[in-house]
Amino acid sequence: MAPLEELEIAYREARSDPAFQVELNDLLRDFAGRETPLYYARRLSEELGGARIYLKREDLLHTGAHKINNCIGQVLLARRMGKRRIIAETGAGQHGVATATVCALFGLDCTVYMGSEDMRRQEINVFRMRMLGAKVVGVSNGSCTLKDAINEAMRDWVTNVDATHYLLGSALGAHPYPLMVRDFHACIGLEARKQILEKEGRLPDAVIACVGGGSNAIGAFHAFVPETSVRLIGVEAGGRGKAIGEHAARFSGGAPGVLHGSYSYLLQDDDGQISLTHSVSAGLDYASIGPEHAWLHDQGRAEYVNVSDEDALQAAVRLSRTEGIIPALESAHAVAEAIRIAPSHAGEVFVVNLSGRGDKDLGIYRENLKELDASE
Amino acid sequence: MSSRIAQKFDELKGRNERALIAYITAGDPSPARTVSLVLALERAGVDIVELGVPFSDPIADGPVIQRAAERALKAGTTMGGILEIARRIRQQSQIPLLLFTYLNPALRYGFERLATEAKEAGIDGCLLTDLSVEEADAYVKGMRDHGLDTVFLAAPTSNARRLELVAKYSTGFVYLVSRTGVTGEQDQLPASVTNMVQALRAQTDKPIAVGFGVSRREHVEALRAEADGIIVGSAIVRLIEEHAAADDLERRLERFVRELKLGTLTPGNSESEMLVHES
Repeated sequence: MAPLEELEIAYREARSDPAFQVELNDLLRDFAGRETPLYYARRLSEELGGARIYLKREDLLHTGAHKINNCIGQVLLARRMGKRRIIAETGAGQHGVATATVCALFGLDCTVYMGSEDMRRQEINVFRMRMLGAKVVGVSNGSCTLKDAINEAMRDWVTNVDATHYLLGSALGAHPYPLMVRDFHACIGLEARKQILEKEGRLPDAVIACVGGGSNAIGAFHAFVPETSVRLIGVEAGGRGKAIGEHAARFSGGAPGVLHGSYSYLLQDDDGQISLTHSVSAGLDYASIGPEHAWLHDQGRAEYVNVSDEDALQAAVRLSRTEGIIPALESAHAVAEAIRIAPSHAGEVFVVNLSGRGDKDLGIYRENLKELDASE
Repeated sequence: MSSRIAQKFDELKGRNERALIAYITAGDPSPARTVSLVLALERAGVDIVELGVPFSDPIADGPVIQRAAERALKAGTTMGGILEIARRIRQQSQIPLLLFTYLNPALRYGFERLATEAKEAGIDGCLLTDLSVEEADAYVKGMRDHGLDTVFLAAPTSNARRLELVAKYSTGFVYLVSRTGVTGEQDQLPASVTNMVQALRAQTDKPIAVGFGVSRREHVEALRAEADGIIVGSAIVRLIEEHAAADDLERRLERFVRELKLGTLTPGNSESEMLVHES
């Protein structure tokens, strides 16, 4: 508990320190590439013949996903706290790459824990982290995915807590992590709100984002939570079936429980053992969901749906061919939900958070879309 | 009403002896074997047994206890099954039993149900490694209402305010973690452990037991001057892992643990030594 209390105090001080905010915003602009565009997906929208779909282009950020927002924030915080060593977990590898990148920028020692199954699925990101000077440690326990990487990072943190900051990459874990990670990603929704008002002269009817741990979604939602006319739609991984172990749909398949210091919806068995999950996307297969999403769900403020592996893959192809944008598999889940509901919502405006780009997923796309290779 | 755990500490204090507390993961290598392993621990002089309830994601544990949890879960171990093990131990032994697990298995079982059934099964207390005292009111009330002890962890990073809180919420004893990190054997105990016991002693009159990294008789002897109890886990679990298939597992366990127990005795106190040798 002591390290969490220390972190909370340091974060509260940093949050209200104008100098910290200036340094953060400079880096977000000049290093990461904010603000990101809000792009009207004209061909996709017209083809669907319903809602007007805007894409918040987090995929254009340096390192290819929204994750860098939080990494810059937490590394600046770690420096204030005098921590010279950074550890992180990563699922799809985007948070690991973003962490390794910001550590390289500041010359900090960096260790990233990654499930061995994820290392296989995301091998280019493993190499990318190593090229950036980070040490990537494979975790071969349990499901060999994100939750196991978090377990190992937490074990490292409690062992080396004096000099080490644990740069948790999603809006989960013990307080203050969910709050802090949300704050560092809140720029997504704040920018989108301003941009949609400029382009459409009104607020959107829905904001749609994929939800693994839930960092990009909570960042996209946060500025819109008080705007009750705006539907907030989180999209979970429906995987390949409804049976436990075949998906990561925590709201429909889970029950309240505690994992990694958060009380939230959790995929578990009758004995409270954490269930295995499945998603074609390495970034969406966490067995729990950020606690603020559980709160938004229970308040009835946000709604959560799930999209199958197959629909996400098809949405990725469709976005690629109508807009020239290959999305990350995670983000493809949000796109798929927009594609599903847009035709019945003519006259409405959707904002879809395109949280990452698809470069890292080309291997998986190729494996799952063999017909494209054979189509010449 | 004094609990079995409190009575044990009182009794040992009267003999100027320290408690040897042994952790094993229940259900490793199989639920049936756990009963005979606990009885072997008792024969070897163990004073209190921590029955580990396996959890799929044991973040406070090092590789040895992680593997034990995996084996136990694979063998079909459940909370209900462990309470059944406790009932069977109680038919043959009065050794104090402490459930040692993580928050989620207890939460899922239900605090009230767990307290009721654990008490009925002969369990004496419970420790949830990842439950902080700030969040513990409902759990503590549930356990106390059924006369069960609640043990909490004090860490090297805990300041005086935290030590006071941990001591306040703990009954039976307070568990002092010897070093930052997870469970597992080590060559040497950190020198700071003496100061930590004294800092905790300044906050409480309750018995203090030291664990994490304690694996040899010389560690036990080194802690004897300061601590009321000494907890050994990974070294015992590793022995069970290495000899799980051997017919003489219980005998090997007894031999190893008896040596640890000798470390808890006051040198020259022949009466206590004889008790250990005879039993």
